[in-house]
This record gives sequence, structure tokens and C-alpha cells, in this order.
Amino acid sequence: MSPKTLYDKIWDAHVAHEAEDGTCLLYIDRHLVHEVTSPQAFEGLRMAGRSVRAPDKTIAVPDHNVPTTAGREDPSNMTEDSAIQVAALDKNAKDFGIHYYPVSDIRQGIVHIVGPEQGWTLPGMTVVCGDSHTATHGAFGALAHGIGTSEVEHVLATQTLIQKKSKNMKVEITGKLRPGVTAKDITLSVIGATGTAGGTGYVIEYCGEAIRDLSMEGRMTVCNMAIEGGARAGLIAPDEKTFEYCKGRPHAPKGAQWEAAMEWWKTLYSDDDAAWDQVITLKGEDIAPVVTWGTSPEDVLPITANVPSAEDFEGGKVGAAQRSLDYMGLTPGTPLSDIEIDTVFIGSCTNGRIEDLRAAAEILKGKKIKDGLRAMVVPGSGLVRAQAEEEGLADIFKEAGFEWRLAGCSMCLAMNPDQLAEGERCASTSNRNFEGRQGYKGRTHLVSPGMAAAAAITGKLTDVRELM
Amino acid sequence: MDKFTTLTGIAAPMPLVNIDTDMIIPKQFLKTIKRSGLGANLFDEMRFDRQGNEIADFVLNKDAYREAEILVAGDNFGCGSSREHAPWAIKDFGIRCVVAPSFADIFYNNCFKNGILPIALPQEQVDVLMKDAEKGSNARMTIDLDAQTVTSSDGEVFSFELDSFKKHCLMHGLDDIGLTMEKAPAIDTFETAAAQARPWV
Repeated sequence: MSPKTLYDKIWDAHVAHEAEDGTCLLYIDRHLVHEVTSPQAFEGLRMAGRSVRAPDKTIAVPDHNVPTTAGREDPSNMTEDSAIQVAALDKNAKDFGIHYYPVSDIRQGIVHIVGPEQGWTLPGMTVVCGDSHTATHGAFGALAHGIGTSEVEHVLATQTLIQKKSKNMKVEITGKLRPGVTAKDITLSVIGATGTAGGTGYVIEYCGEAIRDLSMEGRMTVCNMAIEGGARAGLIAPDEKTFEYCKGRPHAPKGAQWEAAMEWWKTLYSDDDAAWDQVITLKGEDIAPVVTWGTSPEDVLPITANVPSAEDFEGGKVGAAQRSLDYMGLTPGTPLSDIEIDTVFIGSCTNGRIEDLRAAAEILKGKKIKDGLRAMVVPGSGLVRAQAEEEGLADIFKEAGFEWRLAGCSMCLAMNPDQLAEGERCASTSNRNFEGRQGYKGRTHLVSPGMAAAAAITGKLTDVRELM
Repeated sequence: MDKFTTLTGIAAPMPLVNIDTDMIIPKQFLKTIKRSGLGANLFDEMRFDRQGNEIADFVLNKDAYREAEILVAGDNFGCGSSREHAPWAIKDFGIRCVVAPSFADIFYNNCFKNGILPIALPQEQVDVLMKDAEKGSNARMTIDLDAQTVTSSDGEVFSFELDSFKKHCLMHGLDDIGLTMEKAPAIDTFETAAAQARPWV
């Protein structure tokens, strides 16, 4: 047999039909659904008189547009449009008989945190969701990517996706990370190196010692932002850490089925002599704690650097960099660590898991946030929130001056009332720094949870290593 | 889905790289549970001030480009979120074709589900078409999907590549789901075999 990449193996195990031109129907093992990109898909099913083909493989949870404040079980405490979208998801889940975690359920949270937490996401699976950060699930060695609403409808109706195979890219992070450097810094640094279109047309497999050394949660952070690098999906080969994480989760296999699953899961790695269309290697020890300065996730620099000028770039990026600098209100040459902020947001599918909250709390312990700063923690799920309360992390955040919210996407995309005001500047653990992303004319600097905590204390972008 | 065969129309120039889906349709317009009516908010934060007044120098607010049916844009168009609201807004505004050096994958796929043709051409060719678009409403480009060509207002012809299945569906306005359902026996067979091979799924 010819050598295969991990992507090749998962792909081959899921092709239900292949046309002569290579267009395939890829069978989907898990379909995650949320309230913002699904209503039109369910409406389409109803209009065509179609049903959901595999409701037992379909899991719904409201997350994007829910409030993160107390009392949200009562729709009258939601904005009208949130209440309509949540009510639509309630109804669609019930009418079509799919698994559902309503806002009143402690297991509710961001769809990409709930999936792994409940054991829905397992190695070797194909996973889709009407959300680009579906790439997160690739941390388990699952082929996972975001789809549009028409494709959501297609998967609901047929449990397949029309696909042509992507190319294989290997991103290797060698060696060890230095203290204060996290999974977030890895994934941002990779995007800084490849650009936001560098991964277009590829599925990325992350590998190397620094990736193997990451926890499952760190690996999720890395794969989560594969899409910001343009890749359809990010993958990490499953190993003992993966199996340990999955074992005992509510929807993970048990007994003999677990053993059978393990037998297959252990074959899920790229063969030594597999062919790659592109290989990128970064040294773990070269990666620093980073921040973004502009309005594209590729605008990444070490916190010790200065704001660049448009002339530092080439081609179309010159104009884009100038537009970013104007939008962000930054002067070239300013040390990044001199940039003052108004808001800190800790949360999102990138960095809203328990280890992220621990990392931030470690920096904040016994300290206060800068006077006048607004700081918010939005745990990624109700279970993450409960665990953080049990571990005393919630108290550390609250005593430091953070708001302690209920689970949801919140200020990552700012659909709900959690938004930046015009001109406000935020150190955020989320994944996108686009213009207007966190609020009209709001300014976003993407950072790791530790860096966000450090910024909250000093009131400016700060090298977390100075507070460790 | 609407068919796409040929199109002759005004092309609006947007010489900016990394035009993301948050720019195309900001999140506050994702609160709808319908597909229609989003054209009024296409490029909302670039197109209108907070009082809802048009920002005069934005391309689609210029008289020459109000009826644009084609966009010519910079690299990596449509990057960011998977929101299909982006192509819905583009289509609802009246734009049927976007020309750029490259597109983000999810956006690219979403276009074909909505009767929009995204055309990727080398940077030098996009540069020529960008200049052509800058001439305004008298300069009309022609797109011929069957021939896979873009013709500038000066008659310069550029050929583009396209997946044959996507082309077929777009030319005939075919419904993907209906086509896939014709292959239900293959899906049934796969599902039965997969349930035996991987019963834990």
C-alpha cells in the first residue's frame, strides 16, 4: 500500500461515492449545529419536505447569539433577535429529533468546546459545523471543518458533503517552547509565517515535539486557528493524551467498543514516507509570546517588537497595512508594550477552556486589574464554568475585578450585547482582529490567556514573562 | 438556484487584500433567520456611517457603481467566518460575480450554492481588470461561464479555471441536495458498512 498522510487515511475511510472527476460525497460522522447559521437550513428542509437523515449524529447548542448574563433561561431577558434565533433552534431540535443542550443546561457552551467535552468528537471522525472554527476538533485527529448554511442543509438531508480532496501541508514545530509561550503563540506565529491565505486549499497537519508536548486543550487552540491561516482543517495525530482525554466521556465508546475503536485510532498517523505538498517548520524555541497589531490575524509580532510601518510590507499588503494602522490608531515605531488598552476579554472557542482560565488566574492571583479597565471572563461551557468555580479560579477573577459570565461566544464575535464601543481597544484571547469584529470601530489585539491577564493588570499590552 | 451563463455588467473596483466576511456583512445582520434582504447591509460599516448616511467615497456609493454586477478585488477575498450571509448579501445587492487573485475556501464554496461565480485569476490579470473597472459605468466586462472567459471593456480576454462539477451546477442552476439524493443507494451502502467497521460512531 502506498504511504498515506493522516488526512488521506481519514478521507479514504469516509468516501461514500466518487464521481469520475474526483468529486466525492464525504460521509459525515458528527454534525454540530448552532442558532445563527442553521435556521435557513432547517427552513430549506421544511420547504422541500425533507427530514434529517441521521439525527443521532447531529448535535445542537445555542452559543453565538446568547446573552452571557444571569437570567437568560427566560427569553424576555434576551434581545428580541436572540430570543427568535434561540427559539428557532429549540423548535428545530425538537421537531427533527436531534441532540440538544439548551441555555438552561449546564452542558451548554460554545459548540467547539461542548463537542469534545461530551465525547462527541473522537479520533478519525469527520466533523462539520456551520462555523469556521470547527477546525478545533482536528486536535483529536478528526477531519473537521466549517461549512456554509447551504452545506449545513445538505448534511442534514444527506449526511454527506460534496468535496474534492485538499492538498496536504505539514507544519512541524520542533523542540521545546520557552516559558510564557503557549499554544496560542504557536498558532499565531504559524499564521504570521504563512499569511492568512497560506493554507488555502490545504489541510494542515501539525506535528513535532512542541505539538506532542501540548495538552489536548492546547492542541485544540492550535487547530482552532487553522482557518485563520486559510486551511480548511487542521489535524494532530491522536496519541495517548488523546485517548486519555476521550476515555469516559459521556458519548465516548465503552468496553469492547472502546477496545475496537482504539485498535483503529492507533493506525491514525501519517506514514513516515508520506508525500506532502508543502512543509513548514518552525523552531519551538524561536517562538515568543506574540500579539497582533493590525486587522488581520497574520499581523503578528513578538510583544517585544515595535509597531511596523506600511513600508515594511510589499504588494497589496502595503495599502492593507496602512489601513490597519489607521484603523488601529497606531504610530509606526511605538513599542507594542506601550499600547494602552480599555478592555480585556478572556474566552472563546480558541481560549475558553479550563486550562486557559487557569493560565490567566495564575497571573492574576492576588492582583487587581488596572483602574477603569473593563475585564470579562466568559467560560467556554457551563461545565468549564463550574469547574473554575470549584477550583477557586472564579474567585481570583472576581477579586481581581473581572466580570464572571455565563458560557457563550460573547465578545469574540460580539453578536450579543458584549461589544467594544467605538475606538475602544481590547486585549482578547479570541481568534479574529478584523475591523469591527468586536464592535463598530473597536480595536482588537489577539493574545494568549496569560498575556490577556498581564494586560489587565498593567492596562497595556504586556510581556507576560515580566509577571511570571 | 439561479442559473449563471453569461453576464455583461459594470464592475466595481475594490483594490484591498483580505476583504473578510465581517466587512462583507457585519455580525449584527446575522441575527436574521432568513436568507433575503441582506443586500441593504452589504459592506455596511464601509458603506454607511452610524447615522445610516452613505460614505461618499465608498465605491458602491458612487453613481457609476450603484448598479455594479461584478466586483474586482484583492487577494484572499472572503476570508474569515463561514457565514453564508456574505454571499447572500452580495447576491441580494445584485452582484453575480467576484474576480480576485484568490478566495478563502469556505466563501468560495458558498458562492456556488447561491448562483455567484467567483473567478480566480493571476494578480497581473486582476490588475488589468482592476484598471478597467476603475473606468466606471461605461466600461462593461463580460463573463462567459461556458467559455470560462472574462472579457475587459477593451476586448482583452482572460481565461479562468473552474471545477467541472461546480460549473455544471452553476450553468444549470442545479440543486445539490437533489443531485446527492439520487446517490442515496451509495450512501446507504457506505453507512451500513461504516456502522459495522466503526460501530462506536
